[in-house]
Amino acid sequence: MLQAITLVVAQTIVLLGISPFLVGLIRKVKARLQCRRGAGVFQPYADLAKLFRKQPVVSSTTSWIFPATPYILFASTLAAGLLVPTFASQTPMSFAGNIIALVYLLALGTFFLILAGLDAGSAFGGMGSSREAIVVSLTEPAMILSIFAIALTSGSTNISTIVHKTALLEGIVTDPSPHLMALVALFIVALAETGRVPVDNPATHLELTMIHEAMVLEYSGRHLALIEWAASLKLALFLSLIANLFAPWGIATTLTPAAIGIGLVAYTLKIAGVAVLIGVIECTFAKLRLFRVTELLGAAFILALLGLVFFYILRG
Amino acid sequence: MLILLLLLLASYAVGVVLPFCFPRKPQAQGMVGSVCACVASGSGIALGISGLIASEPLTASVASTIPFLAFAVRLDPLASFFVLTISLAGLAASIYAMGYLKEFHGRVSVATLAALTNGFLLSMTLVVIADNGFFFLIAWELMSLVSYFLVVTEHERADVRYAGFFYLIMTHVGTAFVVLIYLILFQSAGSFSFEAFRHPEQSLPEGMRTLVFLAALIGFGTKAGIVPLHVWLPYAHPAAPSHISALMSGVMIKTAIYGMIRVYFDFMGGQFPWWWGFVVLIVGATSALLGVMYALMEHDLKRLLAFHSVENIGIILLGIGAGMIFQTYGLKELAALGLLAGLYHTINHAMFKALLFMGAGSLLYTTHTRNMEEYGGLLKRMPWTGLFFLIGAVSITALPPTNGFVSEWLVFQALFLSAQLPTLFLKLMLPIAAAILALTGVLALVCFAKAFGISFLALPRSSHARHAEEVPIAMRIGMGSLAVCCVGLGLAPMIVVPLLDRITGPLTGVSISDKVLSLDGWALDTVNVEFGSISTPILAAMLIACGLLGLFLAFVFGGRLVKRYYKTWGCGINLSPRMEYTATGFAQPIRQVFRAIYQPTVKLETEFLEESRYFAKRRHFDLLIEPVFEKYLYDPVVNLFMGIADRLSILQAGSLTLYLTYIFVTLVVLLLFVV
Repeated sequence: MLQAITLVVAQTIVLLGISPFLVGLIRKVKARLQCRRGAGVFQPYADLAKLFRKQPVVSSTTSWIFPATPYILFASTLAAGLLVPTFASQTPMSFAGNIIALVYLLALGTFFLILAGLDAGSAFGGMGSSREAIVVSLTEPAMILSIFAIALTSGSTNISTIVHKTALLEGIVTDPSPHLMALVALFIVALAETGRVPVDNPATHLELTMIHEAMVLEYSGRHLALIEWAASLKLALFLSLIANLFAPWGIATTLTPAAIGIGLVAYTLKIAGVAVLIGVIECTFAKLRLFRVTELLGAAFILALLGLVFFYILRG
Repeated sequence: MLILLLLLLASYAVGVVLPFCFPRKPQAQGMVGSVCACVASGSGIALGISGLIASEPLTASVASTIPFLAFAVRLDPLASFFVLTISLAGLAASIYAMGYLKEFHGRVSVATLAALTNGFLLSMTLVVIADNGFFFLIAWELMSLVSYFLVVTEHERADVRYAGFFYLIMTHVGTAFVVLIYLILFQSAGSFSFEAFRHPEQSLPEGMRTLVFLAALIGFGTKAGIVPLHVWLPYAHPAAPSHISALMSGVMIKTAIYGMIRVYFDFMGGQFPWWWGFVVLIVGATSALLGVMYALMEHDLKRLLAFHSVENIGIILLGIGAGMIFQTYGLKELAALGLLAGLYHTINHAMFKALLFMGAGSLLYTTHTRNMEEYGGLLKRMPWTGLFFLIGAVSITALPPTNGFVSEWLVFQALFLSAQLPTLFLKLMLPIAAAILALTGVLALVCFAKAFGISFLALPRSSHARHAEEVPIAMRIGMGSLAVCCVGLGLAPMIVVPLLDRITGPLTGVSISDKVLSLDGWALDTVNVEFGSISTPILAAMLIACGLLGLFLAFVFGGRLVKRYYKTWGCGINLSPRMEYTATGFAQPIRQVFRAIYQPTVKLETEFLEESRYFAKRRHFDLLIEPVFEKYLYDPVVNLFMGIADRLSILQAGSLTLYLTYIFVTLVVLLLFVV
């Protein structure tokens, strides 16, 4: 019991601590590729600290939904994060929810964020909410299917169990094609869910293109800090998912200090690697027009479905 | 238990008669009717629970002089569960009606409305407890007729009359098929008693069994509102008074689910080929997806909710269909799981759909419009209604830790367990159905984000909304009790699952309660904790803890938690409701992406100023979603019948001598036959 609580606390600290770094890292990679020096990788921490100290200005049009949403979003994202293994393959909370719970927890945050976007009454917020709605409705089915395609191999829909079994080389993949398809699908989903190019651009405030930024346009101060932190948590969550589902190398399968040490280092390296990849993609791809996004996300859905079909066909 | 049953029947019966004893006092009429319904449904709740935990089902029978008819009732766990569901929604609706009926004072006869409500609840209860086919059909027809009269409560409006007429025809087409089921079963059983149906003297030939399957699917499916038999539902349910809409959408369509389970798992003994389950699965997936898609395009709040009923019936059928497929292959535990998931979603949907319809009724009560584009900013003006509607919306979108999440999760798990099926085709089809369910779930989220966001948030969009007030206390209690049920059913699956197991146990022959509940009931799983589990109480605790952590972090890093209010930036001019996003605008990307299904037609007419082609005097915008099923499926049939009727109308010339000739000719022909 004590061990479990320690692990949960440790995972909370790791997720909260590392997530702004990932955002900073992606920004740094983008800056370097664009021949700029860019801000330091720890800039997001300073941004958060600054935002927390600022007094938020709340629109007088809004209801209680608006100030409550940052907390709900933060809570649902962090709770979802606790279901995903990070440095250790066995997460104590994994019994509380499997992949479907994970997806629906994220959906809870999205639901309230869409509402908050509408709450201030400005057209920007509504526009962001409306666009987020179409993006989310195409990504989430693809996400469930892609993780499920992998879940079939290890005979479990609990993410922690999948990772643990894969790390212990149980249920070795004899034919990698379903996994590869699922990987590509999940990667596209991750780009869409975390609001990255080519689906959304986190660096823009142009009304023609913004999605996530339009929804949170009315937020300021500590509310914005919590939303930004939740967004980076979501990024960390997806990077952890991709890194640990497809490459559970070095993850701590036992709870000895040495294993945990290696696990922490390996985890940091892996997700930093995926973050760099995202940075490169952001620099080399153009943002898609909103109605072209659906084609990309549709492709992710079809890929995940194909992964599933291939799994059964190969198994016979 | 028998006393509870008698109390239930007596109170409903009194509730039918008593309102008429207070002429010209609508207040008293409504109150008396509602109190009777409350007493009856209260005893119905007790009856349902005791029927679920009783070891032996309660049976009672009153003989009649009509051959084959016996007024027999039997409260086995399946019937008790539906009595419980009907009574829970009935109790909330009756409390709600105490306030809501004021809306009808002086417009329609409140006594009739109150009496019909009691009769409606009574007939639904009789449908599920009947133990005789003949009796079942009487109750079924009674339910259809009473609900028709309730739909046409506001019969002075042409659209209501149309909705009622449409409903009357569709429901009777359905009833014809239901009658067919019982006639076929009667042939082999030689009696109308359900016991004889279960153990017929000679077993039915294969073709007849198939016919029973199809008749039940069409007959009950019409009532349930499966695609493509759903077309009446978005007309009839919104046309009725809101507490009746709540009952129709919440529980009346569930009697059809009851009928299907009764016929397939009880009368047919769970013996059927795999394609029965597969057809149910396909019907479920189609209904779920198309239901939510059409709901997204609605901005009449009650029609939107009615389309969501089609969606949720689809989700229930996905569970039941999966269960039927597993049953065919002897995978009894999985069959029980699918059935349990379907039943869990049945009671959940009854709770949140009734809640949402009452919420819509409250908005109608205070703003006198059903058009979402005229709402806005209502959360500030109606905080309680808003909160309850939000709980309903979160539940129906299956967000954790509410009840919709638990049952949809169970359906997902049942579909994911297809790997144990023997054929590759089915192994693949079930996860594809799960993918459709996932898409349905997210689209429902978008739809309710729209419904709640446009109706309750931001600035009021009309003077109706600006002058909205919170509804009377009785209506709030009605909604609040259902909101509590939604949360309770989500947080306490450890209590619900063993009760549902008592239904699925006898039907599938295996008890799965111990398997589904693990970790002392704290977690739900399907095979074992390894395969996948959820724990809604723990998830709720995690959410609260993480939320508090967020608050704590804000306090630690930011210090005093104060905020400042200022108006929204409106790009230099004052913000007005015309600048807000509309429901139509919000759903535009969805309409664009799925235009193959919607086939929208946009008509934009612009009248320019005479002086200049650059300034518009007036613009007229029309957006039409193609009603595909009505246009391509129903209109041809209607036209065919109208054509035949036109031809036949020659016979009806209006001349008496001609009619006498007809009679004479008929007589001669008949005599020829006799000779």
